[in-house]
Amino acid sequence: MAATGGDQLLRQATSRNTRGLLRVIILALIAAAAVSSRLFSVIRFESIIHEFDPWFNFRATKYLVNNGFYSFWDWFDDRTWHPLGRVTGGTLYPGLMVTSGVIYHLLRFLTLPVDIRNICVLLAPGFSGLTALATYLLTAEMVTSPSAGLLAAAFMGIAPGYISRSVAGSYDNEAIAIFLLVFTFFLWIKAVKNGSVFWGALTALFYGYMVSAWGGYVFITNLLPLHAFVLICMGRYSPRLYVSYTSWYALGTLASMQIPFVGFLPIRSSEHMSALGVFGLLQLVAFTDYVRTQLPSKQFQTLLRALVLIIFVVALGGLVLLTVTGVIAPWTGRFYSLWDTGYAKIHIPIIASVSEHQPTAWPAFFFDLNMLIWLFPAGVYMCFKKLTDEQVFVVIYAVLASYFAGVMVRLMLTLTPIVCVASAMAFSQILDTYLDARSPKVAAKEEGKSDSAKLAAAAVLPEGLRSTRSPVVGVYAYISKLTVVGASLVYLLLFVLHCTWVTSNAYSSPSVVLASRLPDGSQHIIDDYREAYYWLRQNTPDDAKIMSWWDYGYQIGGMADRPTLVDNNTWNNTHIATVGKAMSSKEEVSYPIMRQHEVDYVLVVFGGLLGYSGDDINKFLWMVRIAEGIWPDEVKERDFFTARGEYRVDDEATKTMKDSLMYKMSYYNYNSLFPAGQAQDRVRGARLPAQGPELSTIEEAFTSENWIIRIYKVKDLDNFGRDHQSATAFEKGHKKKRAARRKGPRVLRVE
Amino acid sequence: MAPKHRSPASTTPTPSSASHSSPTSTTPSSSKSSSSSKPNTPTHTLDAQQIITSIWRKYLSQTPQRVKLLDAFMGFLVVVAVLQFIYVVLVGNFPFNAFLSGFSATVGQFVLTASLRIQTNPDNGREFADLSHERAFADYVLGSLLLHFFCVNFIN
Repeated sequence: MAATGGDQLLRQATSRNTRGLLRVIILALIAAAAVSSRLFSVIRFESIIHEFDPWFNFRATKYLVNNGFYSFWDWFDDRTWHPLGRVTGGTLYPGLMVTSGVIYHLLRFLTLPVDIRNICVLLAPGFSGLTALATYLLTAEMVTSPSAGLLAAAFMGIAPGYISRSVAGSYDNEAIAIFLLVFTFFLWIKAVKNGSVFWGALTALFYGYMVSAWGGYVFITNLLPLHAFVLICMGRYSPRLYVSYTSWYALGTLASMQIPFVGFLPIRSSEHMSALGVFGLLQLVAFTDYVRTQLPSKQFQTLLRALVLIIFVVALGGLVLLTVTGVIAPWTGRFYSLWDTGYAKIHIPIIASVSEHQPTAWPAFFFDLNMLIWLFPAGVYMCFKKLTDEQVFVVIYAVLASYFAGVMVRLMLTLTPIVCVASAMAFSQILDTYLDARSPKVAAKEEGKSDSAKLAAAAVLPEGLRSTRSPVVGVYAYISKLTVVGASLVYLLLFVLHCTWVTSNAYSSPSVVLASRLPDGSQHIIDDYREAYYWLRQNTPDDAKIMSWWDYGYQIGGMADRPTLVDNNTWNNTHIATVGKAMSSKEEVSYPIMRQHEVDYVLVVFGGLLGYSGDDINKFLWMVRIAEGIWPDEVKERDFFTARGEYRVDDEATKTMKDSLMYKMSYYNYNSLFPAGQAQDRVRGARLPAQGPELSTIEEAFTSENWIIRIYKVKDLDNFGRDHQSATAFEKGHKKKRAARRKGPRVLRVE
Repeated sequence: MAPKHRSPASTTPTPSSASHSSPTSTTPSSSKSSSSSKPNTPTHTLDAQQIITSIWRKYLSQTPQRVKLLDAFMGFLVVVAVLQFIYVVLVGNFPFNAFLSGFSATVGQFVLTASLRIQTNPDNGREFADLSHERAFADYVLGSLLLHFFCVNFIN
């Protein structure tokens, strides 16, 4: 909105300096708008870290700030993945933590003692302002029209597709990675345009930063070579391309190998091979190009093409051969699932179980991008019209990112920047045409529709509009201008409204703290998570091991500060399957597993009372599937469905379901809240059996206010060496037996 | 392919050729010479040796001294890279970090030098109109500094 307003102002401003100043002011305003629209969650709730992964990042950042860089780098964390532990320093992308650590120390150096938590919470909005700036720069490289860059910056600042991962408190890798992505692309375009080692080296530096920040760097690793390759194939090879690409690749690959988590991957894994291949190809092309200048020949072009083709085929064959023989690591599962959306569900349930790895639903595109999604193809089409080197880049990026965004929900994030750029190009074309055409129109009226005016108009107007120019009531008429400009203004306003609405309603919930509305309209905060985690922190020994499904591992580590068995890092599928097996088996099976892993407390999330749908019973099938992947004989998904194939929790639930630890823990004592036989599960809309489940090997330790979190303590071994079942039976049967004894003798006496 | 002039002639294209694949770099020069022999000698086809010697002579006479210096440096880098590679093939790649950083230092330096050569080559003046030689050299120094910083950091 700021951009359009500024756009009209720009037309009136005559001097270059004024325009430059205005541009700076507009950009600053856009950045401010980008930051402030992400603050809903802080205002509604509080300055708190959101969701799951951010809690780990926050914990790691605190570790970095407290213990210094080197011990962070060598950090072995024995409080996760008990009893394995995790080499955290070598298995994370440190960019995010180091960034906030640097900001923290910088602010302290400037005698501004800001709490590290606030830095973490506000890091993502801060970087979104920078992203808007980077988008401006990128777009400004693509087209000459200055308004396109400003529009793109404004779109980027408020597009929900990007806001979804960068609201205040969403302290995740993507917070800084999208900025780095866009900025790296900007530097790359700059490098290709200028053919300068300087820009190439800068691209490599920011690429290295990106590698240190997000696993999505592979997108850059493949996009830039693809761009170079397409340019070569189009016969657009130039020494500039050689200089920029090789300096980027040589420096960038080395830079990426500095990150311990990436290590030798750039030369070992298939994802990085295309970059290497194009690097080699460019050497050959450059060499042949050089020879050609020495030896001008007509047949040279064909020879060059044939040579390039042969080498490419040979290199591809070699790559396939190396992959088959195992020298180069084959593609990872996450990569396969990019091509075959059904792959993960069959082979790696743990990847499929993450909701953000699911294919995107069509409405999500409109929800996240609104009008940009239909302006986007127009922008891409406009790139085809001119097709300079950098516009080829836009086209490639658009095609690739659209595909990936369709396959995986979270990759919507990589699509958003190019959608903003392309649609800003289209939109600014519309605005420029209909606002610029005003001056020749005025001249035409004064001169009485003379031919010279038409010539002047033709000089100003772009080529494509020449056909529509001939009729008098064409685009020059005030009415058509007003309609188009007015309509675009309305669209822009609607876009802003939509973005604000989506941001405030869909993306600003911390998911740690839930909000609901009371009947009188006032807000009611449901704070069960923190209540339970705080209970753990206060009432359990410092080294009490908590078993829970992996979703809650990071939160327990961050908020309760207790060791966990599995967490969101999910690097060890077997370990997760073990937890899944413990949750989905009978108590007699689970108890030895829990003893072996020294589990002290078990934590489940239960939403039945409140109607909170993201609870463990709904995630339960994934636990079963993952466990089944490792122990197909002991855990069977089929057993959890009724004969008619339904997943039920009420009276008709299968025996396996009712015996599973998860079911028992969720519904233990739940009956007592309701009148007899009235127990109701509000998530699944089911009436529960009159007789609630019995627990023998664990005992209830804590249940939060709204029953969302339930914590159970694992019993110690029985004092008399009995198993727990007989012990509980004895506890209960004791009274029965005594009663029977009382009855018994009486009967005897009668006889 | 007479063996006499083969060795000095084949070193000429090599410096500006691909760094990692010396066998492939000789392939284009030989195959090209056979196909491009027609326009060069309209009457009857000469053998490859003469074409290569003519290229060599042209190179010697037309290339500026500075560019020759760069070429010599690039040739040296190729030799060093090949030596390292042979060592790894023969002895094994135990300190893999060290090999990688050594090898990529040569490759990276080669590429940067090639970039400098391209940028300062007067033939390419059209492409790099607004790039002075001093600027190109400053970029080269910056790139090299970065490269060696990364290599030293990576060598362990």
